[in-house]
Amino acid sequence: MEKLIKLLRQNARLSNEELAVMLGVSADEVKEMIAKLEADGIIKGYSAIIDESEYDPNSVFAMIELGVTPQSQSGYEDIARQIASYDEVASVRLMSGTYDILVEVIGANIREVSHFVSQRLATIDAVQSTATHFVLKAYKDNGIIIDGEEKDERSWICP
Amino acid sequence: MIDYEKVLNGRIKSTKPSGIRKYFDMAETMEGVISLGVGEPDFKTPWVVRQEAVNILDKGKTNYTANSGLLELRKEIALYLKNKIDTDYDPKNEIIVTVGGSEAIDLAIRCIVEPGDEVLVCEPSFVCYKPIAELSGAKVVSLETRAEDDFRLTAEALKEKISDRTKLLILPFPNNPTGAIMTRKDLEEIAEVLKDTNIAVISDEIYSELTYGEKHCSLAQIEGMRERTVIVDGFSKAFAMTGWRLGFLAAPKPITEQMLKLHQYAIMSSPTVSQYAAITALRQCSADIVKMRDEYNMRRRYLVDAFNRMGLECFTPKGAFYVFPSIKSTGLTSEEFCEKLILEKRVAVVPGNAFGDCGEGYIRVSYAYSIAHLKEAIKRIGEFLEERNKVS
Repeated sequence: MEKLIKLLRQNARLSNEELAVMLGVSADEVKEMIAKLEADGIIKGYSAIIDESEYDPNSVFAMIELGVTPQSQSGYEDIARQIASYDEVASVRLMSGTYDILVEVIGANIREVSHFVSQRLATIDAVQSTATHFVLKAYKDNGIIIDGEEKDERSWICP
Repeated sequence: MIDYEKVLNGRIKSTKPSGIRKYFDMAETMEGVISLGVGEPDFKTPWVVRQEAVNILDKGKTNYTANSGLLELRKEIALYLKNKIDTDYDPKNEIIVTVGGSEAIDLAIRCIVEPGDEVLVCEPSFVCYKPIAELSGAKVVSLETRAEDDFRLTAEALKEKISDRTKLLILPFPNNPTGAIMTRKDLEEIAEVLKDTNIAVISDEIYSELTYGEKHCSLAQIEGMRERTVIVDGFSKAFAMTGWRLGFLAAPKPITEQMLKLHQYAIMSSPTVSQYAAITALRQCSADIVKMRDEYNMRRRYLVDAFNRMGLECFTPKGAFYVFPSIKSTGLTSEEFCEKLILEKRVAVVPGNAFGDCGEGYIRVSYAYSIAHLKEAIKRIGEFLEERNKVS
């Protein structure tokens, strides 16, 4: 299981047959293991890792720190879920430390992201403060090098 | 004017340069070549080892060490060998720290072999044994290993080639380029042949940490064999430390005593920073070895399966980081195959005959590369084979 997850993390597009060969089990077993991981809610989905700056140089990726007043019944849950339901939001995490919730947002341009923060996030009653950090450049994402992949400096051929 | 013809050593002049140079030159001048040709790990040296080297430099520990290496390192090596092959070597006088496994091989051969001696070399194998033995004036006798024996040395093949002049056997397992290993049982059969002879053995165990499914066994572990065995081992493959140039020899004192003289005159002592770093490698990096081995193992399975699927019959290697598929079904020689593959598909592999004549009909493919890299190379080799089938 552990090795399967490691392989899928690196490349979720490996076929069951390829995974089976590498793990020394049958393709059916791989299929079963993946089905179980999905059913148990361990694997939540599969997505591509996109170099946003290559894909759309105008797009903007921002990390927004929110200071939030916990609600009497639900604490942070309802607010976090509400934020997570917005399409613009890539991730929502409850954090320890000087702020409470970290939101990752992707927008077509700076104005769109600013608008989203001021109109949608800052207006939530429980949100006390926001601090928006725009990402200047990504080097690594989800374990994949985005920029600055090291060149293989080994000799082409050696005995 | 100086006459180089007369000045230079005749034996070195008649030594052939390594057969793979040609492909190296080809690969270097082309765009978009992907290589499966290297013989060194793609992993970085574990961080703690690199950090220790920085610390040692900071402290300015940059003098020579004792000729045979730092005693502290030799003690760690003795412990390591005890754990790995359950054999005792005295750190004081049975271990020499060398400049890579390469120097260890050179020392061992030169200290044993004299003109007129015969040296038995398992083939296919690493390229350096034969030229070094020949430089010492020995006659090299090939012990051909075959796919049908899983590229192991058999007792019969050994017996057949032993003569009154046989001085030394070179036993390189886990093997580069075939990936073959020798099991304890195989070694016991070899020991049976050797036991009443006066033949020494160089057991090149540089790949001994990289075996899959079976733990490495050394000839020195077989009863009565330690006394005649010189173990060559090192840090390059196990700890991904090729560029640190650090290896070691372990052998009975009467042998190391002689080898130490040569090492002392030719080398003085192995690189000091590397030696300190190697202590850290031995103390702290066994988990790194396991991680690397697991990763190699996945790639190994992937390649064996891929080659067999493509119709290039491939023996399942149990050691090192190479597969050695047969290309006989293509009707090409090893060199033709490699040349066409690099010209047409820009994939560099090494022809099997670079590792001895009996490697003809095979290619060596290294899996010291990421899965993504291997997949791309396999795709290209698949296209290459398909296009050839269409033509013929």
